[in-house]
Amino acid sequence: MRHTVQALVENRFGVLARVASLFSARGYNIESLAVGETQDSTISCMTIVVEAEDERVLEQIKKQLHKLIDVITVIDFTRRDYIDRDLILIKILNNGENKKVIEKLVKKFPIKIIDQTKEDFLLEICPDRHQEDEILKELKSLGIKELVRTGRIAIGK
Amino acid sequence: MKGAKILIESLIREGVEVIFGYPGGTVIPIFDCLYDAPIKFILTRHEQAAAHAADGYARSTGKVGVCLSTSGPGATNLTTGIATAYMDSVPIIAITGQVKTSLIGNDAFQEADVTGITRSISKYNYLVKDVKDLAYTVKEAFYLANTGRPGPIVIDLPVDVQIQEADFNYPDKIEMRSYNPTCYGHPGQIKKALKLIYDSKKPVIIAGGGILISEAHNELLKFAEKAKIPVSTTLMGLGGFPSTNNLALGMPGMHGTVYANMAITESDLLISIGSRFDDRVTGKLDAFAPEAKIIHIDIDPTSISKNIKVDVPIVGDAKNILGQLIEEIKESKLSDLSKWHKKVKDWKKKHPLTYNKNNSGKIKPQHVIEEIYNQTKGKAIIVTEVGQNQMWASQFYKYDYPRQFLSSGGLGTMGYGFPAAIGAKIANPKKEVIVIAGDGSIQMNIQELATVNTYNVKVKIIILNNGYLGMVRQWQELFYNRRYSGTPLKNPDFVKVAQGYGVKGLRVKKVSEVKAAVKEILSAKTPVLADFLIEPEENVFPMVPAGEAINRMIGGMA
Repeated sequence: MRHTVQALVENRFGVLARVASLFSARGYNIESLAVGETQDSTISCMTIVVEAEDERVLEQIKKQLHKLIDVITVIDFTRRDYIDRDLILIKILNNGENKKVIEKLVKKFPIKIIDQTKEDFLLEICPDRHQEDEILKELKSLGIKELVRTGRIAIGK
Repeated sequence: MKGAKILIESLIREGVEVIFGYPGGTVIPIFDCLYDAPIKFILTRHEQAAAHAADGYARSTGKVGVCLSTSGPGATNLTTGIATAYMDSVPIIAITGQVKTSLIGNDAFQEADVTGITRSISKYNYLVKDVKDLAYTVKEAFYLANTGRPGPIVIDLPVDVQIQEADFNYPDKIEMRSYNPTCYGHPGQIKKALKLIYDSKKPVIIAGGGILISEAHNELLKFAEKAKIPVSTTLMGLGGFPSTNNLALGMPGMHGTVYANMAITESDLLISIGSRFDDRVTGKLDAFAPEAKIIHIDIDPTSISKNIKVDVPIVGDAKNILGQLIEEIKESKLSDLSKWHKKVKDWKKKHPLTYNKNNSGKIKPQHVIEEIYNQTKGKAIIVTEVGQNQMWASQFYKYDYPRQFLSSGGLGTMGYGFPAAIGAKIANPKKEVIVIAGDGSIQMNIQELATVNTYNVKVKIIILNNGYLGMVRQWQELFYNRRYSGTPLKNPDFVKVAQGYGVKGLRVKKVSEVKAAVKEILSAKTPVLADFLIEPEENVFPMVPAGEAINRMIGGMA
């Protein structure tokens, strides 16, 4: 199961390396990691998405995170009401058929066409965790030329 | 004030009396300040030994030990000592020189990424890039080292910061929003634990290194006697509960006593205090205490439910939590444990900790340890290397006092014992400090004979010399068809080596000489190295094969 865990940390050099090495040293794979300053410039927020099969692994991850000296709090969104977003930029071949499909998708999903050349469409997608898989599936069938994403961020309700 | 001076003044404020270390290009300003500072400097002959000596100083006193090295190779040589201290939760501060800030990351001469290298083997580390941060960093480092679950802290200090000027203001106290160890047990959890204790008919306490760290030995004794619960002390917990007490079960696990392992396997309640269910303690996990409910008291939440699923976790300091339990326990509510005590007594009688005393004429290592125990009246500080020597020293010396047994338990570092003993002896000049070593491990830091000679550190080194890397040889004998691959040792003449360093050396070959030799060693007013030629293929028993259930022991069941 995919879990979204968030850590508020001291905004200092080396903190990201500590968090990253906590995962790598134990062989946990991070699916996504997004880091940025909060309203308080001395505090950064790290949102981490991890795949954990059983609860015990997740428990350990949370405890180990909290044990890091620079980590102030750890929030696990698994059983909470929260909103999340990812930002994905995608390049897709510009042809008549793709154009039709994309125009349909734009109406249904949080997708914007932010640039368009003779060759490509450049799409900005801002999905939550429920929409993400479906959108990507649709777009994959059109042939994705390039894809970059920020990683998920989340906020409690 | 210059950075180097700020560092030394800060160390003085923290009560540092001694630094173990080795100079080099990037720490010359610090050494210049040390020259006339009221801090004793001990020059070890290898940085690894400096880290272990700081560790021995810390373990034997509870105070923070300090070691110092130069950048690059000096720092990388410290790392084994830092990792050793990390695994056993020992408070040390490692100060490393670093190339000047403008060169960091440029592959400068003697440069290594010290904060990167030590990140996973230290509790915390710092790269101080501004001299204005230095005093606060030192204060915070000492605070972190010796609170919560203690551990090593690394301060990497570039050489240009050592000569920059700043005002010296040493902070009075430290406040950290991100670090607040829990000290007292949650009252609700204490109540739940007591309920399990009242209902238990076959309880066992496993006491680990946390008892010693939190100085909870008196509370443990009081609690165990009040609740009448047998106590098994782990390798790290030796001395945390008097071995000579009726309730003492000795060590659990791989080389534990038969009666400790039987009692744990049959128990209906395990109370683990300051112990983390290491694989050497538990053996095969699903056969470990299969009937028992588990209460786990530990300051570190990550230790709880890591290997063993815990029924009642209590996070906090062992001394405080035991105090809470003692206060609240009602003796009238305890179950009748007389049957359980009888069973334990029978196991003890039937399977005592012993060894084959046949008269082969060869010296038995266990006999040497027993002789040392008798002649020191159980009061020496015993520091071990790693391997068979360590296990015999843990089994056949009876530890009644905390901080009396120093050994690398978690990392299992050969080469730890001798330098750690130097640190322990410098911290405890009036106590007898004895190193129990093997012929393999002593050679990993044998250059420290120069250190004991230089400062007349009166440690007594006992080499149990069997001509093998004995513990691996034992596994090869038992599980690899006696194919002694890489384990036979062609040794130097240890007596001559000692003499070459200016240290008294003696050799003991016969059983009949053991008693007099131990007497001579103990009465010497100088450091001594004694080479005991022991039975070459003596094994450590009982033994639980790796990955087996702990009640499936070989040896010791006769």
